Amino acid sequence: MTVLVIAEHDNKVLKSSTLNCLAAAGELNAEIHLLVAGHQVSSVIEAAKIVSNVAKVLVADAEQYVFHTAENIAELVTSIASTYSHILVSATTFGKNMLPRVAALLDMSQISEIVSVESEDTFIRPIYAGNALAMIQSSDAIKFITVRATAFDAVLDSGGNAEVEMLSATADTLLSEVIGREISAGDRPELTAAAVIVSGGRGLGSEKKYYQLLEPLADKLSAALGASRAAVDAGFAPNDYQVGQTGKIVAPDLYFAIGISGAIQHLAGMQSSKVIVAINKDEDAPIFQMADYGLVGDLFDIVPELVAKL
Amino acid sequence: MKILVPVKRVIDYNIKVCIKKDGSDVDLNNTKMSINPFDEIAIEEAMRLKEAGIATEVIAMSCGTLASTDVLRTALALGADRSILVELEHNPEPLAVAKLIKVVCDKEQATLIICGKQAIDDDSNQTGQMVAALLGWSQATFASEVKIDGDSALVTREVDGGLETLKVLLPAVITTDLRLNEPRYATLPNIMKAKRKPLDTFSAADLGVDVSPRLTLLKVLEPTKRTAGVMLENVDALIGKLKTEAKVI
Ligand SMILES: Cc1cc2nc3c(=O)[nH]c(=O)nc-3n(C[C@H](O)[C@H](O)[C@H](O)COP(=O)(O)OP(=O)(O)OC[C@H]3O[C@@H](n4cnc5c(N)ncnc54)[C@H](O)[C@@H]3O)c2cc1C
Repeated sequence: MTVLVIAEHDNKVLKSSTLNCLAAAGELNAEIHLLVAGHQVSSVIEAAKIVSNVAKVLVADAEQYVFHTAENIAELVTSIASTYSHILVSATTFGKNMLPRVAALLDMSQISEIVSVESEDTFIRPIYAGNALAMIQSSDAIKFITVRATAFDAVLDSGGNAEVEMLSATADTLLSEVIGREISAGDRPELTAAAVIVSGGRGLGSEKKYYQLLEPLADKLSAALGASRAAVDAGFAPNDYQVGQTGKIVAPDLYFAIGISGAIQHLAGMQSSKVIVAINKDEDAPIFQMADYGLVGDLFDIVPELVAKL
Repeated sequence: MKILVPVKRVIDYNIKVCIKKDGSDVDLNNTKMSINPFDEIAIEEAMRLKEAGIATEVIAMSCGTLASTDVLRTALALGADRSILVELEHNPEPLAVAKLIKVVCDKEQATLIICGKQAIDDDSNQTGQMVAALLGWSQATFASEVKIDGDSALVTREVDGGLETLKVLLPAVITTDLRLNEPRYATLPNIMKAKRKPLDTFSAADLGVDVSPRLTLLKVLEPTKRTAGVMLENVDALIGKLKTEAKVI
């Protein structure tokens, strides 16, 4: 039995979610291969081959893989899939976009966003915005799985010594082409990997106030910034800040929910945080039902005071 | 250009699901059901393309029990021209749904499939990508903007780091994210009109698709519940708790 993990990277840096995905793969007690598909990926290969539990790094380097479009990556993965018992990728937008395409090309199902490996063929995954957990057994010959990163502790990114094998590229499908990207580059930690998250909701009132209030707090705590859907829809924060059922799933040590009511869909994204602090002027806001510490009051008074006293 | 929009009947998004006492499944008896919110956005986008003169016909389809007729009527009330129910005894898995959509798409000769990026019941986020694979079409998932440009579509996608603009060759599958549009409300006259619009029913066998499951649901578990913590008097108390009790700052 050999397991394939598909690495997520930007052709330069191996994304940390890959290390969480490798941890899930590790629970299958089999040899693990890591596929790096991209273009001019030498620094990714260097990082990949020393990851602690990888036996072999497979590299496909060609121009048509540079933006990781689903059509081309799926062709590649399909071409090597048959020798593997399990194929895993993190449940990021990269993994979610690509893996179902591979599974369907091979007439197999997919198990999405697992949070636990029970055995070779049985896994647990959240359903209904995390309000229930389904234990699912698969009868497919190859198990296609996306992995919720926050449910698995990352494997060590050093100590390994994997062999590297170059693959020949599959033909360009010419079906799609990335023509633009607006990727937010800040110096804040990545939302899904941050130890502290300061998240703001509709209560912030405007984009200006969102940043005016939350940035100083995030700076003090070296935190990432997050937002509710309402805050993103209203234009206070960019889309990639959204935490929730349909945004990012986070599990930091400390999560501040500021001016966020606590809708099911928001809770789905942050309920595994270690400590939750809620600041809201409405003492009946549902967020207080699951916060460890609650402060009832006007966030425009509380947040600046908190920043001043930290 | 014909647009096919698959829609699913799911638990209403305002309702929190209950688990059956024996842990065999979730309990949907007497639960309010609605059209999956992402699918409503898909119908809206298709309607806008029709109103812009780009699409000629919008066909809604659903795969499920007879009860799914409701959500097809909703789609018709929102403007879809006609609808197709693939009647099944149980909710099928995404791969089976993808196969059914493919066959209907082949029959209807649609050029574009717009579907929700995920259903809010099983949160799988698979069907659109699988349909694209089975048809050999291009795919643009998690769309927040769609422009049709000759034989291609320009689609802005919500990705983890921000936004990406993808140019996909038509025919294509597009899956919708929340910010693609704000769906209209069905007006009473349109709800009345929807009752007279065509609704054709097929079985999976009629379409020659094997919908037998690959996955077995062994049990459904309660997630660990968080309980409400303490309400604090002031900021000093909060800082104290975070430092000495939780030790997170
Ligand atoms: C299919 C679907 C998917 C969804 N996915 C997501 C998702 O991924 N993530 C997500 O977050 N939501 C999601 N939602 C939306 C969700 O249902 C809620 O609408 C949203 O989370 C509400 O955001 P909010 O808490 O910021 O806004 P509101 O519910 O409006 O809450 C604002 C809060 O701010 C408080 N407030 C206002 N002013 C102040 C002040 N001066 N001081 C202190 N407190 C103040 C109010 O008391 C209130 O509690 C989804 C919805 C649907 C239908």
